Amino acid sequence: MRLLFGTLFGLAVAAVVGLALTYYAIARGTPFGGLTIDSWTAWPKSGTTDADPYARASIARSGRLPTAMGDGVSFTLTSDDDGKTLDGRCEVVLSGVTPTARFWTLTLYNLDGALVANSTNRYGFTSQEIVRHADGSFEIVVAPRASPGNWLPTGGVERYELVLRLYDTAVGVSTKAGREVPMPGVTTRSCP
Amino acid sequence: MIRWLLLILGGALLGGIVHLATVIILPRTATQDAYARLSPIVPVNTVVALPAPTPDKAVMPFMDPAFASAICRYDLSQGPLKLTVPVSPAYTSVSFYTRYDVAYYAINDRAAGRRVIELDLMTTAQHDQVPEDEEVTAADRLIVESPTVTGLIAIRAMAPEPGLMRVAESAVAASRCSTQQPEPPPRPAARAPEAPRPRR
Repeated sequence: MRLLFGTLFGLAVAAVVGLALTYYAIARGTPFGGLTIDSWTAWPKSGTTDADPYARASIARSGRLPTAMGDGVSFTLTSDDDGKTLDGRCEVVLSGVTPTARFWTLTLYNLDGALVANSTNRYGFTSQEIVRHADGSFEIVVAPRASPGNWLPTGGVERYELVLRLYDTAVGVSTKAGREVPMPGVTTRSCP
Repeated sequence: MIRWLLLILGGALLGGIVHLATVIILPRTATQDAYARLSPIVPVNTVVALPAPTPDKAVMPFMDPAFASAICRYDLSQGPLKLTVPVSPAYTSVSFYTRYDVAYYAINDRAAGRRVIELDLMTTAQHDQVPEDEEVTAADRLIVESPTVTGLIAIRAMAPEPGLMRVAESAVAASRCSTQQPEPPPRPAARAPEAPRPRR
C-alpha cells in the first residue's frame, strides 16, 4: 500500500513538474539561441531547419509562420532601454537607425500577435514611409495620442510588443551584437 | 521523511523527462498551428491569397500588414510541384515550410535575379529520379527539396506604402503552384540571359 501511494505521489510530482516546465517555457518564448541587441531580441535560427525543439513548440503553439532565413529576420521589443515594460498608455520614443536591409517594417501587436485597433488604421511603418532626419536617422513616437512626425498609435492598450522585421539583410545566425548592427534606442518619455 | 524527499526528487527528475517529451511532441499534436489554421481555407496545390490582417481578424498571429501574402499548401505525393511567382516592384519573397511549420528554404526576388521566380519543389526521392542529363539541360531550373511530403509555401509581396498594396496583391494573386504534368510545358524563351543563375 505504501509502495503504491509512493509511486502515485512520485508520478504526480513528475506530471506537475513536467507540464508546468513545458507551459512556462513555451509561454515565455524560446529560451535559447536568441540574438539580443540592446533591448531587441531575434531568433534567427527559428527560421531555419536548425530550430531547436523549444522554438518549434513555441511556433506550433502560437500558430504563426516564422520569418525564414533568406527572407529576413524579426526583432521583438517588449521593454525599453531601462528595462521598463512597454506600456501603451505612455509615450515611447524609438530613435536611431536600423541595421542595413533592403526594407524594414515596424509593427505593433498585442501580446497575442493581433494588430491593435486605432482611429487612423496605422499598425506600423515601413522603411519607405518614415520621415527621417538629414543624417538618415529617424524618430518614431509610440503613443496613445496623436503626435507630430512618425506617430505609431498604441490604441491605449496596456501591454504591447513591437516587431522590427529586416528584409533581405545580412543580419542572421552568425551576427554578433556590435557597431554594424545598430538598433533604435527606446525610451519611455512620459507616462500619465 | 527521507522516503518522501526521495520520492519528490525522483518525481522531479521524471518531470524533466516529461517536460522534454512534451516539448518534442507538441508540434505534432498542435491543433492551432499555422498549417491547421490554413488547411480549411487553402485547397491542396493551389495558391490562395490571404486576407490582410486586421485587429479583429487575422488568419495567423504576427502577420506583417505591409505585405500581401498568399499560401500554397502542397502535397508532393502525386509528383513534383511547379511554382511560378511574378516579382512585384518592391520586394517579393517565397518561403517554404514543412508540415510542422519549420522554415527550410526561402528565396527573394533579388536572389532569383529575374522578373519571375520559377522553381520546382520535390522530395529527395523525386529529385533522385530526375535524369542526370535532364538536370544539366535545365540548368536554369531551381530545384528545391522538401523534407516532408506536405507543407506550406508562403508567397509574400511588400507594399512599401499603402497605395502600392494593389500592385503587391496582384503580383501575389498571379502566382501559380501545380503538380507537374509528365510532359513539362515548353519554357518561355524570353528571359534575361545575363541574370545570375540561382543555384542551390
